[in-house]
Amino acid sequence: MSESKTASPVPERRSGALLQWLERRKAWLFAAIVLIILPHVPGLDGNFGRSLLSQMGIAAVFALSYNLLLGQTGLLSFGHAVYFGLGGYAGIHLMRAINAGLPIPMPLVPLAGAATGLAFGMLFGALTTRRAGVVFALISLGVGELVFAAMRILQGFSGGEEGITANRGMGPHPFGLTFGPQLQVYYVIVFWSAMAAALMAAFLRTPAGRMCNAVRDNPERAAFIGYDPVRIRFVVFCVAAMFAGLAGGLHALNYEIVAAEAVGAGRSGTVLLMAYIGGVHSFFGAVLGAVTITWLQVSLSDYTTAWQLYLGLFFIAVVLFAPGGLSGLLLMHRPILGTRAFLHVVKSYAIAALPALAAAAGAIMLLEINYRRATQPDTGARMRLFWMDVDTSSVWPWLSAIALLAGGAFLFNRCRRLVANAWQQASDEARTVGGMQREPRP
Amino acid sequence: MKDARASRGCVLQLRDLHKRFGATPIIRGVSLDIDQGERHAIIGPNGAGKSTLFNLVSGLFAPSAGSIRLDGEPIEGFSPFEIYRRGLARSFQVTNIFPRLSVFENIRCSVLWSLGYRYSFKRDVAKLSDANARTGEVLEQIGMSARRDVRAGVLTYAEQRALEIGITIAGNARVILLDEPTAGMSRAEAARAVSLIRTISVGRTLVMVEHDMGVVFDLADRISVLVYGEIIATDAPTRIRENPAVRAAYLGTGPGNL
Ligand SMILES: Nc1ncnc2c1ncn2[C@@H]1O[C@H](COP(=O)(O)OP(=O)(O)OP(=O)(O)O)[C@@H](O)[C@H]1O
Ligand SMILES: [Mg+2]
Repeated sequence: MSESKTASPVPERRSGALLQWLERRKAWLFAAIVLIILPHVPGLDGNFGRSLLSQMGIAAVFALSYNLLLGQTGLLSFGHAVYFGLGGYAGIHLMRAINAGLPIPMPLVPLAGAATGLAFGMLFGALTTRRAGVVFALISLGVGELVFAAMRILQGFSGGEEGITANRGMGPHPFGLTFGPQLQVYYVIVFWSAMAAALMAAFLRTPAGRMCNAVRDNPERAAFIGYDPVRIRFVVFCVAAMFAGLAGGLHALNYEIVAAEAVGAGRSGTVLLMAYIGGVHSFFGAVLGAVTITWLQVSLSDYTTAWQLYLGLFFIAVVLFAPGGLSGLLLMHRPILGTRAFLHVVKSYAIAALPALAAAAGAIMLLEINYRRATQPDTGARMRLFWMDVDTSSVWPWLSAIALLAGGAFLFNRCRRLVANAWQQASDEARTVGGMQREPRP
Repeated sequence: MKDARASRGCVLQLRDLHKRFGATPIIRGVSLDIDQGERHAIIGPNGAGKSTLFNLVSGLFAPSAGSIRLDGEPIEGFSPFEIYRRGLARSFQVTNIFPRLSVFENIRCSVLWSLGYRYSFKRDVAKLSDANARTGEVLEQIGMSARRDVRAGVLTYAEQRALEIGITIAGNARVILLDEPTAGMSRAEAARAVSLIRTISVGRTLVMVEHDMGVVFDLADRISVLVYGEIIATDAPTRIRENPAVRAAYLGTGPGNL
């Protein structure tokens, strides 16, 4: 009906409507173009880069689905990987069936994951969403352990800890696409991730989605404006489980293997980490957290065996000093973005970054030396730190590390004044000038 | 048993209502009929059980014994949302809003059910013109239009009280319970609230708990006096003022401003 209205015969009005449509979806279009170009950007155009991007896409869907629970509805789950993993198993089994001759193109595999996630979300959600808060968190933990144990026992279905494999290249090849190359898989993943993100964003704009926020804020009052908070929690739980299942299906397609760890507590913990590091309260934060953590997981492990330690420290630092997460830190700058003093703020950050880096270097040296001595005492006292060969039996590496740490920390503390002053200036300016009527630069 | 008054316009009917917390009886046999379209005030000393009575009627607690009928249908022990859907909305003595939602969102969430959107996840709220129009209307009524994009949690106390009333009336319920709507307000704010309550109670049934006797005598058609979990009198304002039992109860607890 609205179709016939917009398709008016006057060409001018039509192009106007098109422009408006483009205008409204500017952010989405921009994101789409970036995502299409990314795997061809130098540095990311190899197999490693494309695989990293694919993993980020999968993590983003998983983290967004988790954001529906935690950020939007206030449900802290310790077992969200259950739906991811079961979706993954559905995906891998469908892939095996396709390998055996079922005529379904591989890009549809994630839908099996979504359907499975939804089915189990309805099953377990009916039990777990009766209560919120600590009870919900504990039950989700229990369900997670239960499903993990089941996956280890049901070897025939799950392949246990070894997992089961399939071949994404073996099946129908529409338009000559084999889905073997990482680039093709990347585009499949981007397609489903973008769909999922758009659908989740749309869900939050519906009456049920708006009531998720209301139930998060005050479930008691929600009941006094006509809504059953249990029902709202159940609905959002099913939606979140469905998209987690979709992410699991993407995971199956990307790795061609799913093992019991896919439903495990480790993966449930990682998505929680992503949510907090990116910022629980915003949709954008979930994506930011997913991208950051995936990148850290992949790149840090190349540099150090103690990478999980750093991830943990990073997590603690964010929770303590930036409760709004990385997205909170970024969004904090929005009010002062256009001010002239904004440059001062950036400059003060740059200055404060130097001692911060020095302190971090000192801390890393101490950590690495101790980690090495604790985990590999038989490899001797010589080790590589950054680009240097050091002898940890001498006093110098220790002294220089402590000096860096202490000196850096001391200077960083002095720099905080600088940052605070610049901020003061910028926010004063933002307040007095305000909005659009900023004076032109002299 | 179908009560005769229901057909004559008794909207809310409490019969021998009891509520105990543990072994402590708080409501001790309350019977009360609220007529269609009346403005009924419930007064009584602190701790008499006024809020508890509202909590029973609105479904927050289930009564220990006794019956509650809304339009002649029993509702005791029902959930709050079931009672709301039958046309009864309430406000809270201690402000009970959605702190991280904007003022606008607070009200819009409160109009969704009454306009039939229920748990829909097919429609975009931005495009629900009736819901957005009704929200604007309520914001205008409670004088919060200029504050629509502010997070409810950072509003001033008086603004939160106004929002509390807005959330309650947004869904156009037929029966409205207000628990101390003007508590803590300045004289001017209270006067505004009274005129708002007068406006929204037209064509509706209103039950309110109120400590400010000026407000009570200004608004109420009838007054019930609740003392220690029992209603000692229900009558027109002028007659309540002269009721010796009420005078005794109130003189015992302090304010002689009846
Ligand atoms: N959930 C509860 N559990 C235990 N006791 C309660 C509960 N709710 C209320 N009470 C007790 O019931 C009594 C009546 O409380 P209520 O809040 O109904 O009084 P009120 O008449 O509204 O008083 P006020 O004028 O101070 O608002 C009080 O003694 C209170 O401590
Ligand atoms: Mg009270």
